[in-house]
Amino acid sequence: MRIALLTDIHANIEALMACLEHADRAGAGRCVFLGDLVGYGADPGPVVDVVRSLVERGGVAVLGNHDQAILYGASSQMNPEAAAVVEWTRSRLSPGQLDFLRALPLAVEEAGRLYVHANAWAPDRWEYIVSPFDAGRSMRATRCRITSCGHMHTPALYHLAGDGRACAFTPVPGAAIPLLPARRWLVIPGSVGQSRDGNPAACYALLDDATDALVYYRVPYDLEVPLAKIQAAGLPLSFNVRLGAGR
Amino acid sequence: MPGIREPGTVIDGYVLEEKIHRGSMAEIWRVHRGDPPALYVMKIPSFRDTDDPASIVGFEVEQMILPTLSGVHVPRFIGAGDWSVQPYIVMEHIRGASLRSRLDEAPLDPGEVASIGARLAAALHDLHNQHVIHLDVKPSNVMFREDGAAVLIDFGVSRHDRLPDLLAEQFRLPIGTGPYISPEQIGQIRNDPRSDIFSLGVLLYYLATGERPFGNPTSVRGLRQRLYRDPVPPRARNPRCPPWLQEVILRCLEIAPADRYQTAAHLAFQLQHPDQIALTVRAGRMSRDSFLTVLKRRFRLIGEEPDLRRSADDHISRAPIVAVALDLDQGSEALAEALFTAVRRVLQTEPGARLACLTVRKTPRLAMETTLDAEGRSLRMRLLVELQHWARPLGLGVGRITHHVLEGPDPAAEILDFAGSNHVDHIVIGSRGSSTLRRYLGSVSSQVVAQALCTVTVIKSRMPEENTVGVPATDGRPRYPGLFS
Repeated sequence: MRIALLTDIHANIEALMACLEHADRAGAGRCVFLGDLVGYGADPGPVVDVVRSLVERGGVAVLGNHDQAILYGASSQMNPEAAAVVEWTRSRLSPGQLDFLRALPLAVEEAGRLYVHANAWAPDRWEYIVSPFDAGRSMRATRCRITSCGHMHTPALYHLAGDGRACAFTPVPGAAIPLLPARRWLVIPGSVGQSRDGNPAACYALLDDATDALVYYRVPYDLEVPLAKIQAAGLPLSFNVRLGAGR
Repeated sequence: MPGIREPGTVIDGYVLEEKIHRGSMAEIWRVHRGDPPALYVMKIPSFRDTDDPASIVGFEVEQMILPTLSGVHVPRFIGAGDWSVQPYIVMEHIRGASLRSRLDEAPLDPGEVASIGARLAAALHDLHNQHVIHLDVKPSNVMFREDGAAVLIDFGVSRHDRLPDLLAEQFRLPIGTGPYISPEQIGQIRNDPRSDIFSLGVLLYYLATGERPFGNPTSVRGLRQRLYRDPVPPRARNPRCPPWLQEVILRCLEIAPADRYQTAAHLAFQLQHPDQIALTVRAGRMSRDSFLTVLKRRFRLIGEEPDLRRSADDHISRAPIVAVALDLDQGSEALAEALFTAVRRVLQTEPGARLACLTVRKTPRLAMETTLDAEGRSLRMRLLVELQHWARPLGLGVGRITHHVLEGPDPAAEILDFAGSNHVDHIVIGSRGSSTLRRYLGSVSSQVVAQALCTVTVIKSRMPEENTVGVPATDGRPRYPGLFS
């Protein structure tokens, strides 16, 4: 079955729906959400509802640092703009939606795959994977052969060979990459709702659990809609700039 | 590794027949499976030398790349074994021997060297089009199908543009085969398809002379000599090697990739048209460069930085082969002019492009079995001269343009055939209006558009034509049917 790996939606319902429609056409049978459903964007409620309905149909979702901040308050590590959105977001979520977030696990393991928001060595500390060194640390910290995580908003693929050396690869959208059995892999699909690599199109990836073939995708969507909503909600304007430029 | 492998051993339903090859990296077995039994080749990695991780990674690389490839120039991927039980790759069994079996016969006849080179270059072009650079082109990795098509085997050190390069990331030594490895591979550049053109040049050099251009160095220091030392010109070793073949071989062996053929398609094209090869100073060389030249080259090497952003894709798209099909009949002057403008535009946007100018001499469908008569020959010559005259103002340098007078009863078929066998990327062709007669019979250009496997640009001239009968022009002036047609 093809599993859609979606992460860092950040309350951008337009980007999420564009990715889900694309994944549906590409034959996805299941969704895995790697955290940060909310934060930044103006549609936290609708995003949580969509994710919840897909989890009820056999999907998986894990907790991200932004989701945690909504529940327990912004941490000192969080940037001030994101922290400002925390209160606003909480006010927009129903008790049922907050309960859904509260019940999210930090990590899920299934069939040799680990789903986690930030990294495998300390899922609750939210440290970033920015280099092959960090990626190697994460891949060694789990018994799973394939790790998929978010937190980093740029698509990336790391792999760890038998001799312990971790290497990085910048994926090409649309090209199927076989995740060879003799090494460990760390898959970062890139952000659905807040891409930051200069390309404003939404990111997600599809993993075929029978063949271990992985494909990264970029999905264009109408940016004007979420931007207008962010503005209308009175959320910090710098998000507008960031979303529009994809960085 | 479980069990001892001998003929008759069965692995996942494949019956081992005969060990064809035993290398440091892998064993290769001929196997069969099914009823009636079909023959395949099974590659089983030898992991006994555990101190050599390259053999494991090389096997992973092949396992990753081979399933992505298709077409006649590669063995078809059949299946792979479970990594945790018994890793293997099963692929199509190609009948016949590798090119290595011909090495003892070298030097070969120049025509045969060109034929082998053209077929191998066509195979490389196909591979490069599939985003893969072979990086280990050598006689033992080349086979030929019964119809003559070259097949590349062993993708253990290859590089796929769109997949992680497991080898580059893990090893810090040049990866390739000593006599054939390109200068840039010695510098650990693994993303330039022109490396394959260099290795093909080494192969052609051997076939044409019976000797290796750079010997068989075993140390990195020995390998590095080819970064500044040019080989002995083939004609100095074998006087029967014609100048055009030396031109091709030495161009393949240029130290800087930018000085070689930019795509394998260009090389295949040249080898298919030896009479069109523009001879440069390379063709006449009878000795190696002077000591001073070599010294200067060595000096320049210091501190050179490689360009790591290239890919197989880039090269093919930057150096396309453009073919322009011209109708040199009376009355086509306006169209020829429009074609000229269009071609000049294409060449301006694609500075790496090369141009093939075509025209077709239509011959009767039921031609007698006669050779070209005197009249035909002179017409052919006239057309060739006209083609050159048309193209001269484009000012294309030596080696960027060729001229071809095709002959046959069906001009569209001739153009399509030329485009297919010469890896043309873009056909520019004129269309003469849209008269009722043409609509019924179908024009040459529409047939080319319908059947070509590459991009086709159809050019129309702005002259009013016969189909404008009775239709007033937008400027209000009446048009006169027949005046311009």
